[in-house]
Amino acid sequence: MEKKNLKAWLYLLPAILFLGIFMVYPLIDVFIYSFEEGFNSSSQTYSGIGIYNYSYILRDPYFLQALKNTFILVMITVPVSTGLALLISVGLSSIKWLKNLFQTVYFLPYVTNTLAVGLVFMILFKPTAYSDGLINLILGFFGMSPVDFIDGPYWAKMLVLCIYTVWVVMPFKILILTSALASVNRNYYDAARVDGTSKGRIFRKITLPMISPMLFYLVITGFIGAFKAYSDAVALFGTELNAAEMNTIVGYVYDMLYGEGGGFPSYASAAAIVLFAIVLTITVINLLISRRHVHY
Amino acid sequence: MKVVLKNLTKKFPARGKGSGDVIAVNNFSFEIPDKSLVGLLGPSGCGKSTTLNLISGLLRPTEGNILFGEDDVTSLPPEKRGVGLVFQNYALYPHLTVMQNIIFPLQNLKGKNKLSKAEMEMKAYEIAKLVQIESLMERKPNELSGGQQQRVAIARALVKMPRVLLLDEPLSNLDARLRLQTREEIKRIQQETGITTIFVTHDQEEAMSISDLIVVMKDGIVQQIGKPQEVYDEPKNLFVAKFLGTPPISVFDGYINSGRLFIGDEAIFDTDSKDGEVYIAVRPEGFVLSEKGVLSCKLKAVEVMGRDISVVCTNEKCTANAIRAIISAENRVDTSSDTVRFDLKKNKVFVFDKNTEERIAF
Repeated sequence: MEKKNLKAWLYLLPAILFLGIFMVYPLIDVFIYSFEEGFNSSSQTYSGIGIYNYSYILRDPYFLQALKNTFILVMITVPVSTGLALLISVGLSSIKWLKNLFQTVYFLPYVTNTLAVGLVFMILFKPTAYSDGLINLILGFFGMSPVDFIDGPYWAKMLVLCIYTVWVVMPFKILILTSALASVNRNYYDAARVDGTSKGRIFRKITLPMISPMLFYLVITGFIGAFKAYSDAVALFGTELNAAEMNTIVGYVYDMLYGEGGGFPSYASAAAIVLFAIVLTITVINLLISRRHVHY
Repeated sequence: MKVVLKNLTKKFPARGKGSGDVIAVNNFSFEIPDKSLVGLLGPSGCGKSTTLNLISGLLRPTEGNILFGEDDVTSLPPEKRGVGLVFQNYALYPHLTVMQNIIFPLQNLKGKNKLSKAEMEMKAYEIAKLVQIESLMERKPNELSGGQQQRVAIARALVKMPRVLLLDEPLSNLDARLRLQTREEIKRIQQETGITTIFVTHDQEEAMSISDLIVVMKDGIVQQIGKPQEVYDEPKNLFVAKFLGTPPISVFDGYINSGRLFIGDEAIFDTDSKDGEVYIAVRPEGFVLSEKGVLSCKLKAVEVMGRDISVVCTNEKCTANAIRAIISAENRVDTSSDTVRFDLKKNKVFVFDKNTEERIAF
């Protein structure tokens, strides 16, 4: 038994070593930094220990802005993208003709480079010397005044960011959901049909429960992914996110470390820990809900 | 409710180049009497499941009509036909309890047929009692044994009092002991409810044991319809004779020459039929051990099975490798000798035309 244990640990060693050095140790380190006041990474010194870092960032308007942006982004994009993906997957699995073509089309954003996608959105939304962008052209066609989506009002920028995020995360969700739908045994549908079940009831009472594990997986990973959003905002609004009022928590952490006027690892660590706490809480809530509603 | 199938044909479109349409069911006509239990029997791919799906409405026939009583239901969708269908894998909804599974069909009722929750549960309990699962109502399907799941599936199919109950390979997912028990159970439930029941099976023993009528199918074509014993005793063709009965019937290459039936150079019976090549098939119980018997075979082995003795032997005219004769255990087989001689019971011997494989009288 002892010998077996030893062998097991030996096999686990490479993974444990790498995870320990590159995941666990930095995590603990970040946690420690977040309590060390005025930490200087070059001299490895700090002036004191306490919760000043937390109280600082929680009073920092840029952090509060980032917090607000992230929450709005999460609360809008996760339900919208999951709902749309479900709708499209159900549509895809009930058509036969051109199914593969549509599947490919819907999957394209997933394999497209983020910055290339950003460029497409620029053409759609950004005003240039020659035009106000494609969307404004369409708005103008319906007699509405043009809106500056990139440098204009807050809601317009947030709208673009949300659309962008939804568009980027949807392909993966569609892929997962179409395969989940395809794996539901046809016999359940046949049985329901013979019993005279309406389409809506089949969807609510059979399809949804059957794919609920996958649906909750997507919601949980969707929440986590949206909380960690950063590159999408950069692709649309550039690196000066604080100035654009479009920063996210991860963006704030980055700016605190390397951004202009950065170099505050203590503040960055505190912000990272706050994000971690939020994600953890939301995920636990999700899991608690799913335990009650997911059937396997 | 009697069920009438009129010239029922189902073709599936060809897949790939060069292959024609697949005719799964070919010109099937049959009137299933009210309150009867009918077994559709045949090897896999013979169209029996397709026939069942045509009756349930999950498939539409290419040609022909289906009538329940006097109603033509051919163009009705499955939910308007009033059929109960039990799937081979039961298709119980895994996320619902037994109770929720059973009342699922009732919850679909609309308008004046709509039931209150109490009425639904009362009906569910009634039916659960019939199939003896009333103590399992709060369980989920994955907490049940195969036999219990089967009963739940039957209860779910019966709860809305269908005009016709359809069972697709109802026993194939059960172990041997449970199979025996469940087939009695199906028979009992069918008799208690009096619902016309059609089931599909590839197991001839299963079909013979509980059916009022069996329909033997091959390649989409009905071979023979009749009471199990009749079909067994009077097979219309070689396929039916070979398909029914365990151990299987022994088939010999034979011929008729000037009023006598021969296997090899041994004359078996006198006959009035005209000369020619034939197949001669003998049921295992048609062999009678006799020192001066008409048929000689090479003895291979003797298997004692308690009540019976199974004599395994060979004959070069036999189309199979071995002949299996079942004789009463009171007989003693002389195992010191290489050869064994049999007389044949005339009503257990069938003669088939070599070309058409149809039965000919002799």
